Amino acid sequence: MPRYFTEEHEWIDIEGDTATIGITDYAQAQLGDIVFVETPQSGTELAKSKEAAVVESVKAASDVYAPISGTVTEGNAALEEEPELVNSSPEDEGWFFRMSISDTAELEGLMDEAAYKAFCEGLD
Amino acid sequence: MSETQDFEDLPPEKLPLDQWHRDHGARMVPFAGYEMPIQYEGIKAEHEWTRSKAGLFDVSHMGQLIVSGDGAGAALEAILPASLASLKPGHIRYSLLLNESGGILDDLMVTNSSRDGVEAFTLVVNGAMKWDDIGWLREHLPDDITMNHLADSALLALQGPEAAAALERVIPGCTDDLYFMQSTQAEWNGVEVGIARSGYTGEDGFEISLPASHAAKLADALLEIDSVKPAGLGARDSLRLEAGLPLYGHDLTEETDPVSAGLGFALTKSRRESGGFIGHDACMARLAMDGSAQVRVGLTLEGRLPAREGATVHCGDAMIGTVTSGGFSPTLGHPIAMAYIDSEHAEIGTQLSIEVRGRSLPATVTSLPFVPHNYARKGA
Repeated sequence: MPRYFTEEHEWIDIEGDTATIGITDYAQAQLGDIVFVETPQSGTELAKSKEAAVVESVKAASDVYAPISGTVTEGNAALEEEPELVNSSPEDEGWFFRMSISDTAELEGLMDEAAYKAFCEGLD
Repeated sequence: MSETQDFEDLPPEKLPLDQWHRDHGARMVPFAGYEMPIQYEGIKAEHEWTRSKAGLFDVSHMGQLIVSGDGAGAALEAILPASLASLKPGHIRYSLLLNESGGILDDLMVTNSSRDGVEAFTLVVNGAMKWDDIGWLREHLPDDITMNHLADSALLALQGPEAAAALERVIPGCTDDLYFMQSTQAEWNGVEVGIARSGYTGEDGFEISLPASHAAKLADALLEIDSVKPAGLGARDSLRLEAGLPLYGHDLTEETDPVSAGLGFALTKSRRESGGFIGHDACMARLAMDGSAQVRVGLTLEGRLPAREGATVHCGDAMIGTVTSGGFSPTLGHPIAMAYIDSEHAEIGTQLSIEVRGRSLPATVTSLPFVPHNYARKGA
C-alpha cells in the first residue's frame, strides 16, 4: 500500500480507489496538544488544495487541506471523543478522513517517504 | 498570541536565556520583538505541572523600569490611577497607563521600591509595549525624576503551589514574611535579586529580577529541584486565561477602558476623588453613566471546539460582542473565552452563542476567574 506525503504535512494511503488522509508525526509535534478535530462529512466534495478539515491545538486552529480531489466517504469518528489520538498515533489511529480518488494523476506530484523525510530535514 | 504587529519588520532579539531555552528543548517563536520559548515538552503538560507543582517561565521580554527621585510617587500619581502615597515600601499594586480618553495604553505592576532614603518605584510593563511606555512616561514625568530601564536585567517567574518551597531551597529565607503583592531583595551568588510574590497564572509564585549575567545560573539551580520544570508562553497564556487575567493587545487595548474591562479596582477610590491622573475625567464620566455599553466577561463553552479571538458572540440573532481571548482549558477540560459583550447580556448565567466557522456554539456567561486563584495572601 503506497503512502504519499504533501508539503502541508499530510500523509495519504492509497488502497484501490480509496485514499486515507491524516497529518504526519512532524505536523502533530508542531501543533502541540490537540483538543479538537473537525473532519468533513461523508459526501463532501473536496477539491485539491482546498480546506478539508480543521485541527485545534491548545495554541491555535489550523486547516488541513485536501491533498487530492475526490468525495469524502468517511470521517474518523474516534477523533470526536479522542482528538489526542492525533498526537499519540498520528500516522495510524489518528487518521482524519477517507475519500474517493477523482484523478490518480494528482498523486504524481506527491512525495514518497524518503522525499518527505528530506523535506522535513530541510525545514529544521 | 500575535502581539507582534509592531515588530514584524525587525528581526527578533534574543533573550538572555536564549541558549538555555534551546538546550532545554524549547520551540522558539517571535513574540513581542523577541525569540521566545512557546513550549518545551508540551503546553498541556507544562500547564498542568504549573497548577500542581512549579513552572519556571522566562519573562525577560517585559520592561523593568525604575522611577526615582524626591517626589517620584507624586509624579507617577499624575500618570497612574493608583494611590502610591498609600503604597508601603515593598508592596505592589496593579495599575494602568491611560490616555486622556481613558483608553488603556498598557497594564503594569508598580512596586514601592524606596529604600535608604531614596524614593523609588519599580514598574514592570508588557514587553510589546515597553518602548511606547518609556516614551509616554518620559514625556509626562518631570525632568528631575529619573527613569532607568533595566535592560540588562532578566525576569524569571516561578509559579505554582510548590514555588515557595523550591525558591526557599535556592535562596533560603527569602519567602519569610513575604505575601502576595509584596516584594523583597536577597543576595544570591554575589548579586542582588529582587523577589516579588506575584505572577500571571493565578497560582502562588514569584517574579525574580536579577542581572542577565546570572539568569542561567539561577534557572539551572531552580531546575535541579524535582518540583520545577520549564514552562513556555503557551502555558502562560492558557494559565492566565483560566485565571481570568486580561492580556494586553487582546483583552485590553487603547479602545478599551478600565470600566468596560472590569478593572475598576485599579481606579483607587481616593484617586477617583482626588483626580489628577491622565484619563481621570473620562473614567469618572464612564463610572457616572453606571456602566459601559460593553463589558469584559468570561464565557464557558461546552464540548471541545475552542472559540478564538475575533469570534462573534450572539444572543439569538443579534450580534452582541466579540471574543478577545479564547482557548481550551486544560484544568476544566472544556473551552473558555473572554469577550466584550453588550452589558445588558453580561449577567452571570446568561445563555449566549459564539459563532465559529459557521457553527453556533452555546456559551454561558461565567464569573472570572474560571479557575480559583491560589495566592498566598497575608492573613489567609
